[in-house]
Amino acid sequence: MPTFGNAQLKLLEKLCNVIAISGDEGEVRKIVLEEVKPYADEVRVDALGNVLATRLGTRPERSRRGGRTRSEKRTRVMLDAHMDEVGFMIVADDGEGLYRFEIVGGIDVRHLVGKQVLVGKERTPAVIGGKPIHLMNGDERTRKVPLDGLRIDVGPSGNAKVGDRAGFATKFRRVGASIMSKSIDDRIGVATLVELFKQAPPNIDLCAAFSVQEEIGLRGAKVAAQYFNPDLAIAVDSTPAHDLPLYEGGENISYNTKLGLGPAIYIADGSTLHDPRLVRFLQEIAEEEKIPYQFRQPGGGGTDSGAIQRSLAGVPTVSVSVPHRYTHSPVSISRLEDWKNTINLLYAALRRITPEVIETR
Amino acid sequence: MVDITPFLKSLISVSGLSGYETPVADLIAEKWRPLVDEMSMSRIGSLHGLKKGRGKAPRPSVMIAAHMDAIGLRVTKIVDGFLHITNVGGIDVRVLPGAEVTVHASGSDEELPAVIVMPPARFLPESAGDGVLAINYLLVDTGLLPREVDRKVRVGDLVSFANQPLELAGDVISGHSLDNRASIAALTICLEELQNKPHIWDVWAVATVQEEVTLLGASSSAFALRPQIALVVDGAFAKGPGANGWQTFPLANGVGLCIGPNMHPFLHEKLKDLAERLEIPWFLDVTSSHSGTDAFAIQTTSEGIPTALVEYPLRYMHTPVEMVAVKDIQRVGRLLAEFVCSLETDFVDTIIWE
Repeated sequence: MPTFGNAQLKLLEKLCNVIAISGDEGEVRKIVLEEVKPYADEVRVDALGNVLATRLGTRPERSRRGGRTRSEKRTRVMLDAHMDEVGFMIVADDGEGLYRFEIVGGIDVRHLVGKQVLVGKERTPAVIGGKPIHLMNGDERTRKVPLDGLRIDVGPSGNAKVGDRAGFATKFRRVGASIMSKSIDDRIGVATLVELFKQAPPNIDLCAAFSVQEEIGLRGAKVAAQYFNPDLAIAVDSTPAHDLPLYEGGENISYNTKLGLGPAIYIADGSTLHDPRLVRFLQEIAEEEKIPYQFRQPGGGGTDSGAIQRSLAGVPTVSVSVPHRYTHSPVSISRLEDWKNTINLLYAALRRITPEVIETR
Repeated sequence: MVDITPFLKSLISVSGLSGYETPVADLIAEKWRPLVDEMSMSRIGSLHGLKKGRGKAPRPSVMIAAHMDAIGLRVTKIVDGFLHITNVGGIDVRVLPGAEVTVHASGSDEELPAVIVMPPARFLPESAGDGVLAINYLLVDTGLLPREVDRKVRVGDLVSFANQPLELAGDVISGHSLDNRASIAALTICLEELQNKPHIWDVWAVATVQEEVTLLGASSSAFALRPQIALVVDGAFAKGPGANGWQTFPLANGVGLCIGPNMHPFLHEKLKDLAERLEIPWFLDVTSSHSGTDAFAIQTTSEGIPTALVEYPLRYMHTPVEMVAVKDIQRVGRLLAEFVCSLETDFVDTIIWE
């Protein structure tokens, strides 16, 4: 099994604490490049800002005869994790340090009043405030504040620029069995890919796509797949766990995933029917290796797998997620054990991938 | 003038919810002890710092009150490791989803980091609606396993805001509990100023408890100390997004001097004249009935006490990102000190109505 300890946690913390709003993934890209370069046979940053890193396997050895590889070729496996997170973009300057903003990706406006954010390249501290409760009538107190009623406030003499991105200021925390962060979705996937890339098994050519713009339409993964032309792909993401009690009691039957039950294997979501051969393969590996796993409840939503599966002439694709609670909010919560088991499952799967996995249906 | 920012930031880095002010009271007592002649605590927890005047005993005294308690939350029920909560003081539920908080776990005497969360609508009764969720529908998640939560947390435990103070451009501080820790900072500046300024009257610097719920600290301390006059320091509404009505004033605009039935007009005039003389910018705040401050309680304590209300503009009041200009705090502190120094032995006799 791959190593899992302080070094992995430190990397995750570093990745979670930087801000990378869709289209402005530079800070994560920088960390990823530093991490993967020493292990990569090839690294490129493409036209959209994806980091595309390839690590060739060593077994079976490629023997070249007239420039052609032998038939027992290694499987080209694409792993994808998106670098971007949801956040904000400054769209207008109201003067005196107050700025109008748009939401990038999906954030419920009810999460915004009274929160601290960081703005622009300088990470200028700012807040999103609200009207004092004393000045509201009863009806106003129960109405959600629409986006156009909110401002990012950098302080009266502060400066931000139209076009600046902003993100939640929440810092990474480790609490008992859990971690808390603004951007577990999908830095936990990025950290997973980095680890798997460093410890890649020799039987595959590993194509790691650290993709951009997932939160605004799976845009990076699409071109990444078209570049890599993989035999199969696994999107590594973080999926919501709605494992909360019902207010009026009774059984929660729409939890999507639950914390603590292990990596969530996708079967079907709003954009993808995940390749049944790969779903079965992952399940078998988990069973054999005694790694806890769960199936994400089939339903809506989606990951980069949707874009990857439909690229080129079609790519057999599956999606594996670390569950997290409170998606797209200032603080999400995941269990460390689920992350560890996700790395273990993916590592075990990579080690045992052969071309046969996707040869028959 | 003393740099008050570090102390103010420390004041808003601790809890001290109404009725449970000890964490902040300890900080204040430590800061005030070298600045006053006597420190004591009222029967219900308010801090009394006595700075003696140079006048002949028995000296008249002025009480300057600022409440040190803060609004927050309390655990009402524990279900599957999730905490249900209710409010302590005037909480705006709109700021709660996604807020970082500290659960003061009495079972294990620990401070647990946690977050307030909104369950999906399908987990709630239809009557909960899809707008702002009422506080009883919100949950607090500590990230701990249910069995750990059951062991550590008890019903009744306090939950306080946990976001750290921010220093923003333009010498502005943002954080939770600036209402009314910013006034404690102003009162501290006043005490610092008085170290080198002669004054005839005794000064009671009072950090009151429970303002946000019943004004209990103000009335009880005023009763115990029986000052000849009282000044109360609290926040005025600063202008900001969504708040631009007649009750609001620009941030960094100076000192607010309040008029209305809670305030003695003579004291108001004196403060106004003094501000003018010292060229301290000030603005007039008008409250037509209840000022919503300790002044309301102090004025009717004992046989009645002439009371004035001195304010600073506070943006986003009762959110975890309240905002105050350090300059305004300094101005309030200076005006308080100068007012104390201006009090002649016979000042009380000069107080007139018409």
